[in-house]
Amino acid sequence: MIKRIVVGAHYGLKDWLVQRVTAVVMALYSVFLIAILLVVKPADFEAWRAVFALGAVKFATFLFALSLFYHAWIGVRDIWMDYVQPVGIRLTLHVLTLLALTGYAGWAAAILWRL
Amino acid sequence: MTDASTRKRPRNLDLPSLIFYRLPLPGKLSILHRVSGLGLFLLLGPLLWLFQLSVTSPEAFATFRELASCGVAKVIFAGLIWAFAHHFCAGIRFLFLDAHVGLEKESARNSAIAVFVVSILITVTLIWGILL
Repeated sequence: MIKRIVVGAHYGLKDWLVQRVTAVVMALYSVFLIAILLVVKPADFEAWRAVFALGAVKFATFLFALSLFYHAWIGVRDIWMDYVQPVGIRLTLHVLTLLALTGYAGWAAAILWRL
Repeated sequence: MTDASTRKRPRNLDLPSLIFYRLPLPGKLSILHRVSGLGLFLLLGPLLWLFQLSVTSPEAFATFRELASCGVAKVIFAGLIWAFAHHFCAGIRFLFLDAHVGLEKESARNSAIAVFVVSILITVTLIWGILL
């Protein structure tokens, strides 16, 4: 059994809420994107690119990406906290996760704003 | 003596217990929510790279199509589609549980069954529509 003592740090409620808000953002985006793709039916590169180059879709895709990275941070951090007990390895995993997700956020912005 | 009703709940299981315990269906759903989430996280980098290829130039798009159409990629995509569908459906169920909807043992079990059925249907539909 895992003995994770929940103490008075206040980040728990905020993370709990952020996890759910970002989930709703991603769920709505997924449904809308699938609907758009079903309507537009992009058949080639130009049509596919045009979907994401559209201002509203670009904006929404960026929000989706940020939601995803924040959501992933909370979820993956919880996984490391629960299953990785050695402090050194856990800290390394936390740092690598955070670095990767921060990099992804910049990368996603770069991809979208080059369109 | 402890019986089921007086034992301390909820319990957080470590990895060996997760493998040896016979989890009830909502427990299987829950651990698969974690497994699918971790899998999606681990493949975020390659996915971003593929997305970049697909929107950058006609040549890059051709590379993207070639990469995405090989057998290994299709198997990975099939796994990702299942992971996404399961994480999506199980996540919506958790939102209802957060709102205290369907907390009773019977309805929690039924909604878990619904999640497995719907997510597999979504997986099959998307694999059929995109990959094949």
